[in-house]
Amino acid sequence: MLVDYIPIGIMIVFGVAFGVFMSKASEWLGPKNPNDVKQSIYESGMEPVRSARERMSIKYYMVAMLFIIFDIEVVFLYPWAVNFKQLGMFGLIEMFIFIVILMLGFVYVWKKGALKWD
Amino acid sequence: MNLFDIIFYFFAFITLASAGIVVFSRNIIYAAFSLLFTFFGVAGIYVLLNADFIAVAQLLIYVGGILVLLLFGVMLTNKVVSVDIKTGTLQTLPASLLAAMTAGSICGVFYATDWKIVQSVPDVSTTTHRLGEMFLTTYLLPFEVASLILLVALIGAAMIARRGKTIF
Repeated sequence: MLVDYIPIGIMIVFGVAFGVFMSKASEWLGPKNPNDVKQSIYESGMEPVRSARERMSIKYYMVAMLFIIFDIEVVFLYPWAVNFKQLGMFGLIEMFIFIVILMLGFVYVWKKGALKWD
Repeated sequence: MNLFDIIFYFFAFITLASAGIVVFSRNIIYAAFSLLFTFFGVAGIYVLLNADFIAVAQLLIYVGGILVLLLFGVMLTNKVVSVDIKTGTLQTLPASLLAAMTAGSICGVFYATDWKIVQSVPDVSTTTHRLGEMFLTTYLLPFEVASLILLVALIGAAMIARRGKTIF
């Protein structure tokens, strides 16, 4: 059982090691010739305007909430996908009903304009 | 101490240490990011308990979703323009009393409960397969009702965010 998770463990170890190694390697190996222009703060190539710590629009929160709902839908898809071949057409129709119900909500949200950025 | 114990203590350490940072950090952003490692550690413990589906759900929903929502919440609610994003310690005495009472009652429940101990664990190496089978056969109705609950949440979110705007 635990043996099944060895690939995931290796993946995590390598992921962390790669991230740390790459950022540290560029710090150690790269040439350092700092000057005022290089050390200035920039964002997408332009000079920053106003404070970075501003309150964000509530619209981001709406998008995040919608994301969680569809995230949960994905969690429900997962046990179905594992048994997909075994359940066949029966399972497909069941999942179709499941998704159609959620799709109604999606159409409602869309028509309500919650996805619009105005 | 075998390998299982070592892995358990590893994840337990991650969970408790990062949970400690969540509670004690003065910077609310550090606390929110530290919660990521708490969720990750709990997911690891779920894996150790053979609950692989719950571990996946934990990673997908909590690490992927709820945490983002929490960070958005921090960014939305703080008066970040004028005040530092810091947490303060207020009402120390009543808070510690309340926390001690809660901890005491939880420990009381823990010791008072007659825990059923299984001598031999049945072979449940992967729960996802069985879970999916039962979801789509025996427990089909609750499964479909779950989509209705998600629909309600979806419509509710749209209603609150877009109050007063009519469709069409």
